[in-house]
Amino acid sequence: MLRDRIKTALAALSPLEITETDHAKKGYDLDVQVSPDQVPAAAEAIRQEEFFIEAVTGVDWFGEQAAIVAEAAKVKAAAAKKAAAAAAAAAEAGGEAVPPAPAPEAPAEEAELLPDVMEVVYDFSHYQENCRVVVRTRVPRDNPELPTISSIFQGANWHERETHDFFGIRFLGHPDLTPLLLPEDADFHPLLKDFKA
Amino acid sequence: MNPEIIRVVGYVVAVIAFVALNAAMLVWMERKVAGHIQRRIGPKEVGPFGILQSFADGIKLMTKQLIVPEGADVLLFKVAPMLVMIPAIMCFVTIPFSEQLAARNINVGLLLIFAIASVNVFALLLGGWASNNKYAVISAARAVSQNVAYEIPMLITAITVVMFTGTMNLQEIVLGQAGGFWNWNIFPVGKNIGMVVVMPISFLIFFICSMAETNRAPFDLGEAESELVAGFHTEYAGMGFGLFFLGEYANVFIGCSLSVILFLGGWQGPFGLLPGVHWFLLKVYFLIFVVMWMRWTFPRTTFYGLLNLSWKILIPISLFNLVLTGAFIKVF
Amino acid sequence: MSEMACDKHKETFVLNMGPQHPATHGVLRVKLVMDGEYIVEAEPVLGYIHRMHEKMGENRTWAQFMPNMGRLDYLGALSYNHGYAAAVERAAGIAVPERAEYIRVMTVELNRISSHLLWMGAYLLDLGGFTPLLYAFDDREKILDMLERVTGSRLTYCYFRFGGLYNDVDDQFLAEAKGFVARLRSRLPMYHTLVTKNVILMQRLKGIGVIDADMCRRYGVTGPVARGSGLNYDVRKNEPYSVYPQFDFDVPVYTEGDSMARYMVRMDEIEQSLRIVEQAIDGLPDGPVMAEKVPKIVKPPKGDYYHAVEAARGSFGVRLVSNGTNTPYRMKLRSPTYSNLSLLAEVAKGVTVADAVAFMGSLDLVIPEIDR
Repeated sequence: MLRDRIKTALAALSPLEITETDHAKKGYDLDVQVSPDQVPAAAEAIRQEEFFIEAVTGVDWFGEQAAIVAEAAKVKAAAAKKAAAAAAAAAEAGGEAVPPAPAPEAPAEEAELLPDVMEVVYDFSHYQENCRVVVRTRVPRDNPELPTISSIFQGANWHERETHDFFGIRFLGHPDLTPLLLPEDADFHPLLKDFKA
Repeated sequence: MNPEIIRVVGYVVAVIAFVALNAAMLVWMERKVAGHIQRRIGPKEVGPFGILQSFADGIKLMTKQLIVPEGADVLLFKVAPMLVMIPAIMCFVTIPFSEQLAARNINVGLLLIFAIASVNVFALLLGGWASNNKYAVISAARAVSQNVAYEIPMLITAITVVMFTGTMNLQEIVLGQAGGFWNWNIFPVGKNIGMVVVMPISFLIFFICSMAETNRAPFDLGEAESELVAGFHTEYAGMGFGLFFLGEYANVFIGCSLSVILFLGGWQGPFGLLPGVHWFLLKVYFLIFVVMWMRWTFPRTTFYGLLNLSWKILIPISLFNLVLTGAFIKVF
Repeated sequence: MSEMACDKHKETFVLNMGPQHPATHGVLRVKLVMDGEYIVEAEPVLGYIHRMHEKMGENRTWAQFMPNMGRLDYLGALSYNHGYAAAVERAAGIAVPERAEYIRVMTVELNRISSHLLWMGAYLLDLGGFTPLLYAFDDREKILDMLERVTGSRLTYCYFRFGGLYNDVDDQFLAEAKGFVARLRSRLPMYHTLVTKNVILMQRLKGIGVIDADMCRRYGVTGPVARGSGLNYDVRKNEPYSVYPQFDFDVPVYTEGDSMARYMVRMDEIEQSLRIVEQAIDGLPDGPVMAEKVPKIVKPPKGDYYHAVEAARGSFGVRLVSNGTNTPYRMKLRSPTYSNLSLLAEVAKGVTVADAVAFMGSLDLVIPEIDR
């Protein structure tokens, strides 16, 4: 079956993660997470199986890391509070004097804030069989660069150009990254989450 | 005063008035025909049946500013529309509307018409080139090669008629077709049974060529609007455009009247009935209707398809026709 | 491009086709490097009607984004309604009543017919034939009238809701639709005699703008363009959604890959859509047209979702990224003609302007959908 074939082919590239998904729930069959420099190899493997390119999507995960850290801190604080409450309850039950609660740790000091990333998602589909493959990769937000696949799928040319327009993601080796949909002198990237008009 | 001069002046005024009025009527007719072919009504607001629509349009065009684009050759840009109109008017001089109604009866009338009418393409070339617009230049180049290509089969078929009738005088050609439709050149059963084979083909070639010569659809590659915006008159505004427009209709009239004179008996009635100007106009307007009918039915050909049609089909056939004509005149 | 344009010895020149040009259907601009009548290089320049719908999507709630769908492909807006509604329904796990899906299919197919009819007329206009446009509008008008009654608008539809429809159809609509199916069936042969069998049309379309299957694959071409190149790809069949599996229809495929093949695919699709509409009317089940337990404020769970539908011009896909709030985090709209047009540069090389116009017309471009 095509899905298994492409899965083996992509698994041979040792991607970061490869999962089969439920088409009815997600709308695609295979979700492959690769590192940026693996993208052309993955695209080539996909082209070998005669897939066609559907779209390239950028996603700006601005503030994601801070949110993760905040979430972790919240969980930690909640746990600490719970522990303190439990201790207090235990102490009360024991009838002893309440011991001083342990000082809550400062979360920011402990958890290291990773740099934010941008995600590039490639959708591939097949003309004969019902199989959609999603390849995603993450690039650092302050230096978004990854190799182009426009020489493998010519159709990716415009999609990558559009992604560059909207996110400022640079596709190395792309023949022409001048703005396509935005004005030709545009120096802004409107789909960035910190973009202010 | 010399009565001859008065006669000439009178004719000039009459011809100009006729050309302008006729063109206005043809615009109205075109819009009505187009409307009915396209399941709509066409103009109906201005005057009865919208008959005054063209005059309203004319007034509008005349009140508009003549814009000369930057970088255009001003003199040629302004001369070109007039160059379209003048030969069109001059051609009318030799056309016999009836036995009496002809400005000049010239014994090389046919030749004169071809000579004058070919100035038209010169005007299109100048107008397109002077506009300083790339679309206009492409269109001008197209118009020239189209005219060159179609002049040849048109002249060859005209020669077959001249060989058959033995004259270049348009009036005499018409007079030779008197008696009834069996004497008309398109199907001359009454005169030369051999020519029955040749003449219908000649007529078809001549008619197609005259459509191509006047840049009418499906051969309107000069102004092919979906490719070249508006072709050679892209940059013309107001009456500059109006003159190109009028010139086109005048040329359509000339083309159709030539077809009528050469092949359909001119002002002769079909059964030897009372000849006169009404027959002539009836036939010409019928042919013009056919031209319009084709325009609103067919898509446009490609430029190369058009040239192929002329060089690979029409010219060989017309040459063959010429040879046959010679043979049949000798044999029958 | 610049190198070619500057080469004085080759006597090439740059011709700007558009953004205001009769054959570019709106505001597409194509920069052509010409050698006489022949195109040396063609470069489409987009963005003249770019409105950044994807950013708009991030700034309004899921439901508020629905009207934008009518502004993308204004000729086949209901397919876009369908694609977006289905994507959000997939994300939020909303089930749609069968009656609603039947009506969705019915209206979408009527919309597809109207889009194809308009294309046919406009394409002939590109080729210099004026009359078919008016005939096509005559039939299209009937569809618009019908859809106006049920959807409330004639062009920029916003008819579908998450979990169903804005309102139900009535018997009059069904009767009219049935009458229309019969009417258009009787008129299709007329279109074929008037237009398809015309010698000049054949001469202009046969062998013009040939796209092979491999090129389709490289550029991600879908819809009638792919089907004209011998690819049997139709999202309705290949990736069944809605109630399409319940209908009996064929996918017209032509292998020539030229403009004539694309023309024939669309003309045959009108017939197939008529079949679907007819079956949908006959088999229309009773029941509600809106799911019962649709939350007032839709909040799809975290994650990303994709849904593709077969729009009139090809596969329209919506990629949603939700962060579990009432607004989309990212909204990617994959429009078919964007991919279809991107091969223009390759195909237009070395052809004449007239053939390029014939080719571009056969792609069925709708610029607002390309520019988004």
